[in-house]
Amino acid sequence: MKCDYCDSKATVFLTQLAEGQMKKVCLCDSCAKERGVTDPTGFSLADMLLTNFGNSGAKIKAPRTERLTGGAKVCPECGFTLEDLKKVRRFGCGNCYNVFTEELAAMLRGMHKGQSHVGKVPEGLMESHYRYQRMEELRGKLEEAISSENYEAAAELRDEIRKLDEEEVAK
Amino acid sequence: MTGAKADECAVITSRIRLARNLRGHSFPGWAKKKEREETLAILRPAVEELSAMKDAFSRELADLTSVQKQVLVERHLISREHAARGDGSGAVIERRQSFSIMLNEEDHLRIQAIRPGLKLKEAYESLSALDSELEEKLEYAFDPTLGYLTTCPTNLGTGLRASAMLHLPGLVLSDQIGQVLQAVNKIGLAVRGLYGEGTESLGNLYQISNQSTLGESEETIIGRLERVITQVAMHEKNAREKLMEDDPDMVADKIGRAYGVLRNAYIIDSKEALNHLSLLRLGGNLEFFPQETVQMCDSLLMDIQQAHLQLHAGAKLSPEKRDTIRAEIMRSRLQSLESPDNRSRTKDQTDRYSEDDNQENA
Ligand SMILES: [Zn+2]
Ligand SMILES: [Zn+2]
Repeated sequence: MKCDYCDSKATVFLTQLAEGQMKKVCLCDSCAKERGVTDPTGFSLADMLLTNFGNSGAKIKAPRTERLTGGAKVCPECGFTLEDLKKVRRFGCGNCYNVFTEELAAMLRGMHKGQSHVGKVPEGLMESHYRYQRMEELRGKLEEAISSENYEAAAELRDEIRKLDEEEVAK
Repeated sequence: MTGAKADECAVITSRIRLARNLRGHSFPGWAKKKEREETLAILRPAVEELSAMKDAFSRELADLTSVQKQVLVERHLISREHAARGDGSGAVIERRQSFSIMLNEEDHLRIQAIRPGLKLKEAYESLSALDSELEEKLEYAFDPTLGYLTTCPTNLGTGLRASAMLHLPGLVLSDQIGQVLQAVNKIGLAVRGLYGEGTESLGNLYQISNQSTLGESEETIIGRLERVITQVAMHEKNAREKLMEDDPDMVADKIGRAYGVLRNAYIIDSKEALNHLSLLRLGGNLEFFPQETVQMCDSLLMDIQQAHLQLHAGAKLSPEKRDTIRAEIMRSRLQSLESPDNRSRTKDQTDRYSEDDNQENA
């Protein structure tokens, strides 16, 4: 069997099950090394599948001022560009996740068991987190009500959403 | 022998790591030096004030020597990547080394708990409490859909990496290790030899950890991992029993030889030492040696690593010198360990495991 990354003979085989799909990766000795498969501290299959380089400690080197950002997406808070993202497959700051949404969606495909967070929420954000979830739920129901022409239910849902919105503003 | 006891034989340590970042600050890998120093100035006092971190070891990495950093890596208290960092990065380590926090690693905070044995749940609970205490002082980057925001999307959601270090000589000696590890990998967990490559691991040490961090709660992730690890430990236990039944001389021979070498060697490299220590540990579990031998092996595994030896000697050592000091440490620690032949082994071999258990395995 040949290596997935070059034409050498594959010696390292990895499988991963994500979202019901089996992914198989075949690597030769040198590609495995290059991708950190043999690095005892840093290897994760997901990292390897999704990056073009193996070293998770890689630094982003290009100085910000020299890069052309004309037309391309850039994070207004930290100056991280689409080009940077393509290079390092990592983000520049928390706000980047609001900027590079399509790219993120492509990266997340098959990476995790799910697409949205389940689990611990910071205490301070708990209330707004649940309000957000409730809001999403109501919006979904509203859409459903409208498409099924259930206008009475839609009006009720709209009121509830407005109430939730006002609460948010009052905070 | 109960399931819990099988864990005790096979699981050396449990580790939980949480990745957290500050809202409104560039991630460490993208931040300029000045920004990193600013975030460090926010993070460090918050971490040092934690009740668990009273009198903790707290340093900027730039202030540590390379041997000191390497020792922390060998103890799994900081990552190899983190040790390579300098300005604007730090490490805060609790006195008993059960918690460690990396500041400005790949994420602003990498908080970690290590516990002996299979204690993932307990480790998570105490770490989560520490995380909640931090969160009262720091504003974390969090998104309702994506969870805790991390530099790399592979850590999104819970930011949780749970792992256990396993000692699996029985599965290796009986040639079942490949099969078992493949099965574990198939359910989406990562497995790797702790030292070395693929299924051939020095010292028969393996690490199992979760890969997915988004879409499942911490409890679900940890629960699955604990179940799988318990199963692997049961397989290991069965493999050991079968080896003792089918070929007790082979097992005794391997353990006896390991004992002979470690007790008498004057020059030993880390590879040879690890492989013999692994067998000695197995001997402890199989009652060839007193029970406390197991713990002694675990601390020796740590102490014979490169940087630990250099710290012990107080000097930089050539590889040749390391091998002699390593042998010296082995000889002196094992001095009072009696040869397996001299121990009264009057017990019937089946007596090692309780009757119930044999039925359970049948
Ligand atoms: Zn290749
Ligand atoms: Zn950004």
